[in-house]
Amino acid sequence: MLRFVAVRLLQALIVLLVMSFLIYGLIGLMPGDPIDLMINANPNLSPSDAARLRALYGLDLPIWTRYLNWLAAALQGDLGYSRLISQPVLDVLKPRLLNTLLLLSISLVLALAIAIPLGVHAARKPNSVTDTAVNLLCFAGISVPPFWLALLFIILFSVTLGILPAGGMAPIGGDGGLAERLPYLVMPVATLTLVSIGGYTRFVRAAVLEQLRQDYIRTARAKGVSERSVVWRHALRNAMIPVVTIVALGFGSLFSGALVTETMFAYLGMGKLIYDSILGNDYNIALVGLLLATLMTLAGNLLADLGYAALDPRISFTETRT
Amino acid sequence: MGIGLRLGCAAVALASALAGTLISGPAFAKDDLVIGAIQFPGTFHPSIDAMATKNYILDMARRPFTTFDQDWKLICMLCTELPSLEKGTAVEVTRPDGTRAIDATFTIQPGAAWGDGTPITTKDVLFTWEVGKHPQSGITNSQMFAKDIAGITAIDDKTFTIHWDKFRCSYDSINDFLLLPEHLERPVFEADPSQYRTRTLYDTDRTNPGLYFGPYRITRVESGAYVVLEQNPSWWGEKPSFKRIVVRTIENTSAMEANLLSGEVDFVAGEVGLSIEQAIAFEKRNGKRFNVVYKPGLFFEHIDLKLDNPILADVRVRRALLMSIDRDAISRQLFEGKQPVAHGQVNPLDRYYSDDFPKYPFDTAAAVKLLEEAGWTELRGGIRHDASGRRLSLEFQSTAGNRTRELVQQVLQAQWQKAGIEVKINNQPARVLFGSTMRERQFSGMAMFAWLSAPENIPRTILHSTMIPTPENGFSGQNYVGFSNPEADKLIDDLEVTCKEDDARPLWTRLQQIYAEQLPSLPLYFRSDSYIMPPWLEGVRPTGHQYASSLWVEQWRSKQ
Repeated sequence: MLRFVAVRLLQALIVLLVMSFLIYGLIGLMPGDPIDLMINANPNLSPSDAARLRALYGLDLPIWTRYLNWLAAALQGDLGYSRLISQPVLDVLKPRLLNTLLLLSISLVLALAIAIPLGVHAARKPNSVTDTAVNLLCFAGISVPPFWLALLFIILFSVTLGILPAGGMAPIGGDGGLAERLPYLVMPVATLTLVSIGGYTRFVRAAVLEQLRQDYIRTARAKGVSERSVVWRHALRNAMIPVVTIVALGFGSLFSGALVTETMFAYLGMGKLIYDSILGNDYNIALVGLLLATLMTLAGNLLADLGYAALDPRISFTETRT
Repeated sequence: MGIGLRLGCAAVALASALAGTLISGPAFAKDDLVIGAIQFPGTFHPSIDAMATKNYILDMARRPFTTFDQDWKLICMLCTELPSLEKGTAVEVTRPDGTRAIDATFTIQPGAAWGDGTPITTKDVLFTWEVGKHPQSGITNSQMFAKDIAGITAIDDKTFTIHWDKFRCSYDSINDFLLLPEHLERPVFEADPSQYRTRTLYDTDRTNPGLYFGPYRITRVESGAYVVLEQNPSWWGEKPSFKRIVVRTIENTSAMEANLLSGEVDFVAGEVGLSIEQAIAFEKRNGKRFNVVYKPGLFFEHIDLKLDNPILADVRVRRALLMSIDRDAISRQLFEGKQPVAHGQVNPLDRYYSDDFPKYPFDTAAAVKLLEEAGWTELRGGIRHDASGRRLSLEFQSTAGNRTRELVQQVLQAQWQKAGIEVKINNQPARVLFGSTMRERQFSGMAMFAWLSAPENIPRTILHSTMIPTPENGFSGQNYVGFSNPEADKLIDDLEVTCKEDDARPLWTRLQQIYAEQLPSLPLYFRSDSYIMPPWLEGVRPTGHQYASSLWVEQWRSKQ
């Protein structure tokens, strides 16, 4: 297993290197540069000022030179400086990353905590009233645009009832501790949870349904194992393998944020940061943010592979020869 | 109870627990004012990167030497009196190389001090100039520091003379000479000028009181979320009313409206808030709870015409284009008449505005006549053609995703269609449009966008023939249309050295006449800023120009 992990880590490093080059190149290929954006905001910027600033920011160099300069600095631990936010990249990313992790991990846990029992119940009695009702809720959840749901929540809980803050991270002037932040998390978490429950429930339902049709389930029932144990211990455990895959694929999004929800609730997460940095030509933030999301997606996939073995003892990482 | 049900209940209980810690009512009582803004400043350095929200916040915490007031008159803020040739505080001189130039003397307000109590002196002036002209300091607009100002002499701690490089009528205007605290910033600058932009205390120690000298100073910054300003004890002017002002960033305009309605935001300023159509819609729904004030300003919405295009090279076609569109109806229908129609690029609020130039009212019949005179006589499939069979077809570009502009484009397209002019809309994201299409003059027909200017701004960058971007000049200048008119060039050159109002007025009038006769671009309207204010807030006077209303924040009061 150690060899398997080592090989996957090496592959991840290569993927990250290639991704860094691609992302840097793609941002560089976009029309205009940060100085053009400055000119746009400030029509009085003289041509000589524009040329001076391009040289100062290194934008007069060919893109590959800029990339190599960035890579050399990054390998020494210097990830650069955000032009848009005027702070070192790591100082910008750390709090945003924590905010995003907090928001998305709570909503992921909640979504799974609701989706798994719902999916199992629906699978136990396919085509029943319960199944139809769950399916209806799932499709509603999948179809509802997050921004609309967010607005609805804001209007209901902030404007009409006045019981929750309409947006932000913590009370102004507060210490930003978790207790202070809880009320501010309710609506973003609820939005993200509701829009993701549908998808997860459908996956769980399909996977459990598939397992409940297997011979080993029939055998277990014939042996007199209780229905509760058949479903929750035998069927669900095997059904979790495809669900783990789906969750693992979404692992990267825990770090890349939820753009729409963050924007609607003025929540300072990675989604909005990466979006703004790409539009604002802030290479350093965009690059490191996207690389982090890539890294976490790769890590999620690695964890999923390891999880398969834990869920199904038949899966092993030893090499077999036939 | 099954495991599934228990899990479900646990989830609901957790959600309820989260909701259990509730808040109630607006964030502050009337001693505090919460302002909503749609952007957060990237930097707080006054001279690095121009950004409306940054200027809006800093104007509460700092003061420029000079600025334009709400009546568009140049006034002193940090200085005691504007220099003047008549009073002898400005003197015309001849430099050793024979250049005609001017020296202007300013005096700093006697009580002016930084927030840490250090008096503001000419040391700060000299340091600001030193930073401003340094090629590696990262100051965005160094033109004034590095070129326009030939030297500065400190006469004493409070008085200094600026030696301008040549004679200019704007000798008394140093609006963008934004003072830096020498006692705090010099060590940072001298350590490494090339790293100054990343190490300035304005970004590494943003709440340092010594960085500010306005009625308020910044006491807390939550990056991306809000800025808190509290009264500055060392402020020498009128004591402000609000104890604390918070500028909150809410980027989504629907969420901004919800925050206004829930009371978490008191006021949305026009400089940093909602667009006009959003404000109009908000007023219709919630006008009774808020005062919505519209202030037409210096954002000149217009359509640039590529004069190299053979169709547009004919002035009769340009005039016909303008006469075929009903700008009054657009202003009335789309903007409730809140955005006045522009007939030229000079705003009627500007003291040099002249009414004595041709205007082009909506008149499709007259437009058709002009087109026929220009040779576009044959109508085929509703589109005009000339004798050689060429279609009267133009590309029309603007910023993609800008709902207002896209709506206006559709109206204009339909109106031009009635005159037999085919218009093909081809919008691009703003960064593509301004980053390459306009800057490198790659547009082929028409492009709709806005210019922001200052009062009495001489339109050199957009109308002088030396400002046509070309590969040879590195695509510098903003004369995207390619307008080249020797008389206009001379007027622009002369205006820069004609200081007396009576002498300058005829030059301004003639320049406006040339613009109206030649129509290098089609004037549409002057955009308005919309201010959504609670009924209890008074003293806010929108300016309509780029210098924010927050420069007079000490006059803002709560009625209650």
